[in-house]
Amino acid sequence: MLNIAVLLKQTFDTEEKIVVTPDGSISSGEAKLVINPYDEYALEEALRQRELHGGKVYVITSGPEKAEEALRTALAMGADEAVRLESEGSTLLAGGDSHTIAAALAEILRPLAPDLVLAGLFAVDSGSGSVALQVAERLSLPHASAAVKLDIAGAEGAAASGAIPAGAKTAERFAIVERDVEGDTETVAIPLPALVTAQQGLNEPRYPSLPGIMKAKKKPLVRVNPADFGNEWLTAAAARTVRTALFPPEPRAAGKRLPGSPAEQAAALTQLLQTAVKLG
Amino acid sequence: MAKTILVFAECRDGKLRRVALEALGAARLLAGGDGEVHAVLAGSGAVSGEADALAVRGADVVHVADDSALQSYAPEAYLAAIGAAIDAVQPDALLLGHTAAGRDLAPRLAAKYNAGHIADVTAIDGAGDDAVFTRPLYAGKALERRSFAAAAAAANTGGPSVITIRPNNLPPAEAIDGGRQGTVQPLPFTVPALYTAVRSLVRRTGGQLDLAEADVVVSGGRGVRSAAGFEPLQALAGVLGGAIGASRGACDAGYCGYALQIGQTGKVVTPQLYIACGISGAIQHLAGMSQSRVIVAINKDPDAPIFGVADYGVVGDLFEVVPLLTAELQRTLASPEA
Repeated sequence: MLNIAVLLKQTFDTEEKIVVTPDGSISSGEAKLVINPYDEYALEEALRQRELHGGKVYVITSGPEKAEEALRTALAMGADEAVRLESEGSTLLAGGDSHTIAAALAEILRPLAPDLVLAGLFAVDSGSGSVALQVAERLSLPHASAAVKLDIAGAEGAAASGAIPAGAKTAERFAIVERDVEGDTETVAIPLPALVTAQQGLNEPRYPSLPGIMKAKKKPLVRVNPADFGNEWLTAAAARTVRTALFPPEPRAAGKRLPGSPAEQAAALTQLLQTAVKLG
Repeated sequence: MAKTILVFAECRDGKLRRVALEALGAARLLAGGDGEVHAVLAGSGAVSGEADALAVRGADVVHVADDSALQSYAPEAYLAAIGAAIDAVQPDALLLGHTAAGRDLAPRLAAKYNAGHIADVTAIDGAGDDAVFTRPLYAGKALERRSFAAAAAAANTGGPSVITIRPNNLPPAEAIDGGRQGTVQPLPFTVPALYTAVRSLVRRTGGQLDLAEADVVVSGGRGVRSAAGFEPLQALAGVLGGAIGASRGACDAGYCGYALQIGQTGKVVTPQLYIACGISGAIQHLAGMSQSRVIVAINKDPDAPIFGVADYGVVGDLFEVVPLLTAELQRTLASPEA
């Protein structure tokens, strides 16, 4: 049995243009929303590990009501239960501060006591990659980030394939993780319970099946309001950072096209690059 | 106003990474003229030799954590070393590079000390309590300015604000005039019982620069047509001392590994020179590279969107143009007077 919690976030599809409105917010308009691609790898891995070891897969998100679409998709892909942390009407969560969100997710995870927490390496919108690892710290879980391969092994199996960490001699199960380190691959063993973040290449996420979509409608989706955690929690979870401005990047004008034969183009480009860039 | 700033001076293979000097430069600005800048060097053996480079560039104190437990990367060992420096220095802020290690350590340190984390910072304005941090959203399709909450400062949460800076965006610290030099001292810290066993590290990058730190990136898309199609790009990157990148199209087609992918999924790069070969320029790719200083596009399709962001566009076959360009650059760089 392996109970797995997946942290996921609903984001804009990466092919969407982002429009900043004059009042300094992002126009959501008709944009296509998806499960953050890195979280989708995490979810797929959770489903595969459950197929191997049994257990349950919980999917957890912090977001507005619309984010339940992402949870329903996750349930349709095969997750068992979903939890949404309600961000609407909460100035606390809506601020998008990683400290606050990690504090809330940790509250939800603690009673579930999962054997494994999976999350994406980062979200393609805010791009911080901070929340999941803050959750690991709050729950005192070991972590391995940017996984491109994950195996769960018992103590014997883990010992047979390599060194067991000195501080985890009594652990019953291990995550053996191949992780991407700036293009290099590092293999680590960490004891469960643990948190692992997913890098691209970990797996190929499945599409929800039609029966899966039908079944998803009946699966439990629980809503949690941060106010339920109490006043003391709310004070401790207060945002540590605030956004003071949101703006579009400087537009980039198209430059010039180089005419002529390939040899002429190459020669012209070499000349131009010599003055434009410090080469060599 | 004067602040105490701690920098995690990250090394790779025992050598300071450039981003460590960029973090040091940022720390000096954040500290203000009468503030203090501390640096923590962590590693085994060789890193001690890098301490002077920090001391002459504005680190008032360099704390050296030298232990065999820091030989390979177990996060808990590095967390213990940096934690010891935080406890000793009591800094107002902690700066790290937004690198594999920095991204791995910063969130845990922020959570441990109940502090905020502003990640992937590309610009800093102001100093002290007035510092404002600019960072990309949606891989650069939008930008935000973020600052640490006054309420958090007032509540005196105790821990340092944590900032990770994107490599290649902030100016590195230069040696200080007049030969002012900081002190170098060992950092006592207790190595915890490690729960991470590093079993192997396979170098796939041949020790070349990380994409995010490279000054020149030569990138291939579907137009390279096969894994072998990257060979002319590698030759061009070799002449320019650059790194190889790829579009999602090339990765999805199996021409190269996902580690090379540049875009909103994958890596965001901001080199001095970006050469896109056979890349059409999907929105999600443009997000990952359009902040590069100079962009060159080589593509057969004159209507490819990549030309919309390119300073120099070459409409042509990359398999013809790239080898010619490589030869031309090689000739020119070999004889700069010519």
